[in-house]
Amino acid sequence: MEFKDYYESLGVTREATPEEIKRAYRKLARKFHPDVSKEKDAEAQFKQVAEAYEALSDPDKRAAYDQLGANYRAGQEFRPPPGWDPSAQTGAAGFGDSSDHSDFFESLFRGMGGGARAGGHSGSFDMHGQDQHARIQISIEDSYQGATRTLQLRMPAVDAGGGMRTQDKTIEFVIPKGIRAGQHIRLAGQGSPGIGQGSPGDLYLDVELLPHRLYRVQGHDIYMDLPVAPWELALGAEVEAPTPTGAVELTVPAGSAAGRKLRLKGRGLPGKTPGDFYFVLQLTQPPADTEAATAAYSAMAEAFPSFKPRAHLGGQA
Amino acid sequence: MTPDQTRLQLTAFVLEDQTGLTLVEVCRACAAEPEMVMALVEEGLVVPSGAAPGEWRFTGVHMQRARVAVRLQKDLGVNIAGAALALQLLEELDSLRARLQVLEDAGR
Repeated sequence: MEFKDYYESLGVTREATPEEIKRAYRKLARKFHPDVSKEKDAEAQFKQVAEAYEALSDPDKRAAYDQLGANYRAGQEFRPPPGWDPSAQTGAAGFGDSSDHSDFFESLFRGMGGGARAGGHSGSFDMHGQDQHARIQISIEDSYQGATRTLQLRMPAVDAGGGMRTQDKTIEFVIPKGIRAGQHIRLAGQGSPGIGQGSPGDLYLDVELLPHRLYRVQGHDIYMDLPVAPWELALGAEVEAPTPTGAVELTVPAGSAAGRKLRLKGRGLPGKTPGDFYFVLQLTQPPADTEAATAAYSAMAEAFPSFKPRAHLGGQA
Repeated sequence: MTPDQTRLQLTAFVLEDQTGLTLVEVCRACAAEPEMVMALVEEGLVVPSGAAPGEWRFTGVHMQRARVAVRLQKDLGVNIAGAALALQLLEELDSLRARLQVLEDAGR
């Protein structure tokens, strides 16, 4: 396995005081904490920082790390010395919890105890497994139709003999209809395994909606710009337009202004109280690039002698 | 270590749509002691229905808020009031980002 330079992870020197280490950790934790951060790979970055802090904030662990790591550089092949006796640890609830340690950390510190942060489970080693988190990107159509998704997961698992091994899992689920950005999909029992008789943790997926070429999502309502010609606005028209649930025929009422919203009630994202679908009328006019077109615009100008589009500006019209 | 292959079909739930969650369930999801969740209720960070802790019923939105609050406390060293403030600001930030997105989409 690769040697990890925990001092480098925190951006401090090997001579850093405990206070300096704590300050460096807190600063990076605020930057990369997955609940707060929009940084790419925030969770992975945060775990690395949290692991470095866990190693360097404990005087015993830091001493052991300094002793063993003095001759290593980051990324160098590292083999733990013989005589490090592993023993079980328990987890905590943060993102930087001890079940997510790297192999490097595990091989170095497993014999030194941990889990001082876990409490309230006295008299039993049974413990609920850790929850796992991931992000999932979903299209607006997926939210409408509830598409089937498969996820590949590599997870630690407990075998019959009580040992740990890696398990590749493919899980298949249907995206709940009407799901919105910022919501979470919960897959019960798909987190880390529990300890002893403890039940496994859950898998939480943070939902992101992919931007769409035509549709904009606001809560559970969908908006779409619908281009219309000047005469369609003025005279009214029957037009065909796409929606995620199929094309619809709709009536542009005569005398509509640009920007008018036409609502299809209940045709937004599905749910107990489904959202609405809105067409926003966008005025599009043809260019005056032929003789006939120029003549038509001239005729229009003559037909509206009292039309003063800038009258409300207060100046000369 | 040879990885195992398994294929599972699961039912997915929207966390935010869940209702009627008990204190025990919220504690489990937060990996926190009841005292911790009770302190969050006391701070007004989550407001369950029901009079006594045994009768409290939480929603999925409550559970998500509690999970974030517990994590912020453990990982960033803030207290409950600080976690509550951070949550409020994060929620404002989310709604501003959503509005910005709508404005940017409309202007393109």
